[in-house]
Amino acid sequence: MRKTYEEINEKIRRGQAVVMTAEEVSEMAKTMSPKEILDKVDVVTTATFGAMCSSGAILNFGHAVPGIRMEKIKVNGVPVSGGLAAVDTYVGATDCDERNPKYGGAHIIQDLIDGKTLELEAWGKGTDCYPRTHIKTEISLETINEAVLFNPRNSYQNYNVAVNTSDKTLHTYMGTLLPKMKNASYSSAGELSPLINDPECRTIGLGTRIFLCGAQGYVAWNGTQFNTSKPVNKYEIPVGNARTLAMIGEMREMTSRFLRAAYFEKYGVTIYIGVGVPIPLLDEDLAHRVSIRNSEIETSIEDYGNGGELIGTTDYASLRSGEIEFQGKKIHTAPLSSLAKAREIADMLKTWIKDGQFELTAPVRPMPTDTAMKTLKEL
Amino acid sequence: MTRKFVIKFPAEQTGDSLTYNLIKKFDIRINILKADIDAGRSGTLLIELNAEEEKIQAAVDYISSQGMDISPVETKIKLEAEKCISCGACTSSCLSGALSISAPDWNLRFEPEKCIVCKLCLKACPLQLFKIEFSE
Repeated sequence: MRKTYEEINEKIRRGQAVVMTAEEVSEMAKTMSPKEILDKVDVVTTATFGAMCSSGAILNFGHAVPGIRMEKIKVNGVPVSGGLAAVDTYVGATDCDERNPKYGGAHIIQDLIDGKTLELEAWGKGTDCYPRTHIKTEISLETINEAVLFNPRNSYQNYNVAVNTSDKTLHTYMGTLLPKMKNASYSSAGELSPLINDPECRTIGLGTRIFLCGAQGYVAWNGTQFNTSKPVNKYEIPVGNARTLAMIGEMREMTSRFLRAAYFEKYGVTIYIGVGVPIPLLDEDLAHRVSIRNSEIETSIEDYGNGGELIGTTDYASLRSGEIEFQGKKIHTAPLSSLAKAREIADMLKTWIKDGQFELTAPVRPMPTDTAMKTLKEL
Repeated sequence: MTRKFVIKFPAEQTGDSLTYNLIKKFDIRINILKADIDAGRSGTLLIELNAEEEKIQAAVDYISSQGMDISPVETKIKLEAEKCISCGACTSSCLSGALSISAPDWNLRFEPEKCIVCKLCLKACPLQLFKIEFSE
């Protein structure tokens, strides 16, 4: 049996689509074959809520009279890009002023979504067409033209587990890593994670409609560092960080319930992003893929105390147990992405689809199939 | 039982081996949580005493008799739970087990009675939701 996007959307419109979360379907797969799952289920919802530094917002402030070609821009004291035409900017989540390292681009984005008013100050050299050289004013989502979240790299397909074999505590984007491997941190929603459930991106491509921070957003492109060359395990899941997604969505429809500014000690500002991706069960192969379980998803253990050396592998069932055994040691494990929030998102997306508020989209263009990561060489 | 105290030292006292005496004379397990002492100057010490109640009382009397100011302290780590996203990052450095996250609900659990006020969570929380509170 095969189903088409249109058949599934017709069911969604009639309120008859059977939708389950990836966790529910993995549980079902204990007693049901992929064929039986395909017969019963139309759409599987996946989700993740984690720190995704490569995120940001495109803002257009509107023109003042007389106009200014904004070449240097600060929002709430944080320098943001002056490299887009006159009154556009890109607020990168990790933008910050080094004198105030705990407030950055992510906080600007969250404050805007929370409806706050922010200070905007901008400078230009003054041109014949834009004579003004300075402006200091206030902005909010109400006063500006566009506010679009555009994230170049989100929702990593799997991620390495971080440990630290050195003698010193490390403060990293993977959290506090205690010396001598006293802890290990991991950051993936495992069997609920979007790119784990459609590992070869058969249904996730350009234009795929998704849940993005509470809004209906879209997959805009393959994410940066999209890598199809990572070794896979016997369940065809890459053992470590591989594919990624670029995403776009309207900020005015978002909520800080699913987007949160954050600061990692000695690392800097980052942002928690909530993503939900629906996977249509078009055939048995997809039904088989979404049945993946935590014990079947393996990832590499990376030593942040020794230049990122890969020193072993483990799986998400072990990581979720609170302790992994590695090199004869029991290591306390802790997550970094919120499974509770990811479940909330998967459930919300499920409700949207069941209620007919969210239809599925076939990719406008599929994801690349032959990419690898380049390293930056020094001269 | 375990109780926490703040001891304030006069300048002339800082050279004495207080912890040695407490162990030797009263058979008390001592955990120094915070020390702010410079030789020749007054200072404060936040300690945790673990022993039977009578022994702790005897030790408190002894410390007072030595010209030091000792008062019981409730040092608490406070979590702004309503802002918590249950990411679990804090549990990675909470070795006393006061902060935990696990199946089935994966919501952060904070059991203050297990907290030893090591304060690692203050830096580990990406949303800075932990604060330290003192009360006598």
